[in-house]
Amino acid sequence: MATQSLIGTKNRAGQVVTDAWKLLHEAERTPCFYTGSEVIKEAVRRSNCDVMIAYPITPQSEAAALIGELFAEGFIGDYFRGESEFAVMSQCAGAAFGGARVFTTTAGPGTMRAMENFPMWAGARLPIQMIVTCRGINSPLSIQPDTLEISYLLNTGMLVWHAETAQDFYDWILKGYMVSEEPDVHLPLALCCDGFFVTHTKDVVNLTPADMCLPPYDPYRSPVPCMDMECPPVRMMRDPFVMKSNYISYATHASWQQEVWAAIERSRKHTIRWLDGLIEVDKPDAEIQIVSSGTAVSQGREAQVLLEEDGIDVGIVKIKALRPWPEDEIREATKHAKHIIVPEFNVTGWLAKEIRATIPNPERVYAGPHVCGGMTMPPEVIAADLKKHLGLKAESLAGRGS
Amino acid sequence: MSTMYQVLRGPEHFLPPAAASMGIRLPDPGQAHIHGKIVNEDEAMEVAARQFLSAKVPTIFPGPLVLWAWNEKAAGKATAIRHLYETIKECVTPSQQAMLIPMPDYRPKYPKINPEIEINPNHPNLTIWHNKIDTCMFVGVHCHQANLSLKIIRGGTYCYTIAMCAQAGHEDAMVSFRDATADKIRKLADWVKKLKGSVEPPKDD
Repeated sequence: MATQSLIGTKNRAGQVVTDAWKLLHEAERTPCFYTGSEVIKEAVRRSNCDVMIAYPITPQSEAAALIGELFAEGFIGDYFRGESEFAVMSQCAGAAFGGARVFTTTAGPGTMRAMENFPMWAGARLPIQMIVTCRGINSPLSIQPDTLEISYLLNTGMLVWHAETAQDFYDWILKGYMVSEEPDVHLPLALCCDGFFVTHTKDVVNLTPADMCLPPYDPYRSPVPCMDMECPPVRMMRDPFVMKSNYISYATHASWQQEVWAAIERSRKHTIRWLDGLIEVDKPDAEIQIVSSGTAVSQGREAQVLLEEDGIDVGIVKIKALRPWPEDEIREATKHAKHIIVPEFNVTGWLAKEIRATIPNPERVYAGPHVCGGMTMPPEVIAADLKKHLGLKAESLAGRGS
Repeated sequence: MSTMYQVLRGPEHFLPPAAASMGIRLPDPGQAHIHGKIVNEDEAMEVAARQFLSAKVPTIFPGPLVLWAWNEKAAGKATAIRHLYETIKECVTPSQQAMLIPMPDYRPKYPKINPEIEINPNHPNLTIWHNKIDTCMFVGVHCHQANLSLKIIRGGTYCYTIAMCAQAGHEDAMVSFRDATADKIRKLADWVKKLKGSVEPPKDD
């Protein structure tokens, strides 16, 4: 079956199957004022999705419940709820093994509970798309944004993208399927955003026409057979050949893992094409660069304005894809930088650690400011930290009064 | 990522890297790669044909995507593969032994594979060692399984690997074509015929 031959035909909901590049780059856009959760729903409406499995973690995002409405309207082939996040992710695997385009959402503790499934998805080469509306993962519970869970996803073998805005989120949900379903990639995608900031706030988002949709997933292009109980990877779950104690079995498993990471490498050229680069750079010649991902980029832009008012020239590097990791791009973008500031919404500073491991002279990296647990990160804090780092006088924003 | 890495005959290493992780990139449509270098398809056709003609045991490993007539294209490719095999057999000297060994499925074979009649992606080296195969071509094997096999072969054997892939190609092969069709396989057979007699056959050990 060639998806190309289906262009111009109608899907189950009466939407016209449209070439994905034309849909995203040439189709008329309509500005709409939506919450991030509503934007997720609108993207899924146009994604020609076969199965959505939900654990409706409503406090963090209403997306799972809203997509239920899409099922009632006939836009989703099948939709049901799982008993837990772990069950949902296992059921997603089953649907993808069967050759379906699958969508799901998660956040925070749910991501952690389902974690066992993510390397399994990657190892089985299942191109499931999972929206991660990041929130706090530790006790005491928080539904506020915190990006610590992304760091746990980085070594699962999944593609990991980090959206800054609702517009990113809308476009990247659709583009994500195009990248992750390429036969030389064929990996799950964790499409992350900073929950609450993106999901619960309203923004103007330019939507493609609702009567047009992506071409359907073509499972015949998969690099592994569809559901087949006799073949790895399914067979290894009932007959774990890789647990045999001999060199061949170990070498097979090792090669299998290498192939997953090779597929992430192959995703690089597709991701660059669809996202217009793995990073976005503003003022590459500036000696101070704010390098970040997600909504920390937005705060960085505001800090850039404040600092420029004080005569301090600052560039911005927005990291869009975390896997594949934009190693060459970050090196190039920071080659003139004397100071690299990495603001993050998490306590460990995982992004700063990744950047330090990537660039020459890593002492240039200042890991901070950090906020977590749902705290906001005012641009004044970024500007003040940067000034202190440079040895300049900066006002403390921690308290009031004298 | 620029790279000095080349995809060459093994045995390469206890655990060789996946070529993609070493910076080897897949060819675009109309292209192929030789040892990781992107070339036009005709150049790779010639190199592949010369490899078949200079090998002691030139072998084709057809996989499940062409072994079963699940659509007309698959049946057409299977016929073309048989034609390529017959062409190689006709064009080599009596001291060379062309083989056609299927990879019918991907199940691990226990307690032991019969390497004379099949190859398995999880332990392809057993079939290669047993039959002393020094050049092979994968065709009709699902991409994940093909990459797995090609890398294991490069790690532990001296076998020269060629991939005739229906999708985007394989970095882990020494020569890789992409977007394989029955016509492309027949074109390779034409190259073998064209170069017959111009390639020195292998010397006896």
